[in-house]
Amino acid sequence: MKEFTCIICPRGCSLKVDDNGNVTGNFCPRGKEYAINEITNPKRTITTTIRVKNRKDTVVSVKTTCAVPKGMIFEVMKVINTLSVNAPTRIGDVVLENILDTGANIVITKNID
Amino acid sequence: MRTVDLVVIGGGSAGMAAALQARKEGIHDILILEKEDSLGGILTQCIHNGFGLTEFKEELTGPEYLQRFVDQVITEKIPYECGAQVLDLSKDKVISYSKDGKFETLKAKAVVMATGCYERSAGAIQTPGDRCSGIITAGAAQKYCNIKGYMVGKRVVILGSGDIGLIMARRLNLEGAKVICVSEIMPYSAGLNRNIQQCLKDYDIPLYLSRSVSRTIGKDRLEKVILSAVDEKMNFIPGTEMEIECDTLVLSVGLIPYISLLNNVDCPTSSTKGAVVNNYMETMIDGIFSCGNCLHVHDVVDFVTDEGRTAGHGAALYLQKRIHKENDIKTIAGNGVSYIVPQFINKNADENITLKLRVRKPLKDQWVMIKSGDNLIQKIYKSAVIPSEMLLINLSKDKLAQITDNLTIQLEDK
Ligand SMILES: Cc1cc2nc3c(=O)[nH]c(=O)nc-3n(C[C@H](O)[C@H](O)[C@H](O)COP(=O)(O)OP(=O)(O)OC[C@H]3O[C@@H](n4cnc5c(N)ncnc54)[C@H](O)[C@@H]3O)c2cc1C
Ligand code: SF4
Repeated sequence: MKEFTCIICPRGCSLKVDDNGNVTGNFCPRGKEYAINEITNPKRTITTTIRVKNRKDTVVSVKTTCAVPKGMIFEVMKVINTLSVNAPTRIGDVVLENILDTGANIVITKNID
Repeated sequence: MRTVDLVVIGGGSAGMAAALQARKEGIHDILILEKEDSLGGILTQCIHNGFGLTEFKEELTGPEYLQRFVDQVITEKIPYECGAQVLDLSKDKVISYSKDGKFETLKAKAVVMATGCYERSAGAIQTPGDRCSGIITAGAAQKYCNIKGYMVGKRVVILGSGDIGLIMARRLNLEGAKVICVSEIMPYSAGLNRNIQQCLKDYDIPLYLSRSVSRTIGKDRLEKVILSAVDEKMNFIPGTEMEIECDTLVLSVGLIPYISLLNNVDCPTSSTKGAVVNNYMETMIDGIFSCGNCLHVHDVVDFVTDEGRTAGHGAALYLQKRIHKENDIKTIAGNGVSYIVPQFINKNADENITLKLRVRKPLKDQWVMIKSGDNLIQKIYKSAVIPSEMLLINLSKDKLAQITDNLTIQLEDK
């Protein structure tokens, strides 16, 4: 049995999924779909920062281009924390491709001149 | 003295949207004054995603969202000055500001206020205990972490469960800090449910409700906080103390519209702590408009952009002498509603109007009733309402035509 809050709409239903994958507590069908994804393969997009080498006290924001498995968040963070770039940076610049074989690239999300 | 048709004070999301809309409606002589080194406002430091779903139908991070507007300001060649802090605004719209250490004045024909908000600090909530380092607002922590790359602490307690607090809980945790808990004085969270799931539950960070910091302890740096349960009257309940060792207390205890520039013009304000406005976002002072977080605190930037456009549209009408001056219909926050923006509607506006409101507490299965006097104009079913999610109600031109009396919006159980 797993319990969590549906995040699809503000009603925020408390969903319960039993060991056979039956969903209860959902007010509408969207909650059921969400619950099943959450149980089978929960994923999250990561947004964080990396160092800008040629600027003092500056980091630039980056993100994963798609969601990565929730269980890998800290592993992915470890790799991202080894990355750095030089300014100028442009939104969409790829810093690393296919991080840890997740299919996600790490891209810049901020222009720094 | 130099004159400018439209001066926009503040180059955040609201200000940029206002300037772009006014330009679109034929206003040429515009100037945006921004105190920071670049346009963009607070979104510069909001590096998480979830912005732009309404505006662009895609999920963007804060910096990506704002860059799209900066690009448009540049393409449209709208003049802006950064490093320009406005110090004073008078009733006849004379603006003084400092720029590169120099003092400048100019006269505007119309003004859009888009100065954003500020955070309540430890002083403002009067946390009892030692005044040591390690107590910081969530917005300041966000700036250190996301712009400069400094970690604010190793063991962190977050006070207040507003969205910025929740976002920072996740952020600091990702960067390797131990976020021990989030403590909220109210019996429900001030943040969106999805943020509680994604930022707290995902990382097993506990959220304590009806609990607040009753004492901070530390010599130079914070060493401990005491969390105590509160009763319905928000008084600490003796015997419920929890002692938590931490080096940092992050405060996410509320945002307040930044409107000190309006003080000199005797501008009436409302319960939102921002200016009273009509459907053009015009304040009660002729030709001065207001939008974004300095009008009322928003949680979704897409709505800020939209409100900025309304203000820009109003300013354009004003400059073209096409604005309707009568504020004939008052909007009244009835049962269960804490505020409505705008506070006045012009019946002859001849355009669709969006009313924005917040409810007082979380409720399920509600009718939102919109009444003009005793006449029901519209009722809308909501399966759930929460204070952290602003409700938008669109009044079409036909609905507007049915309105004869003041407009009350209230909640009723289904
Ligand atoms: C810390 C924090 C975090 C937030 N996080 C989110 C989030 O994650 N998601 C979300 O959707 N919303 C978030 N919000 C809400 C956010 O404020 C709005 O989404 C939106 O960005 C506000 O736009 P604005 O233009 O009204 O204000 P701002 O973006 O704050 O812009 C105001 C601008 O006015 C300038 N200014 C102020 N005073 C003067 C002066 N005297 N002279 C010249 N310039 C001046 C400021 O420098 C600033 O650039 C957050 C708000 C805060 C305070
Ligand atoms: S189950 Fe349906 S109604 Fe309930 S929160 Fe999810 S989307 Fe909303």
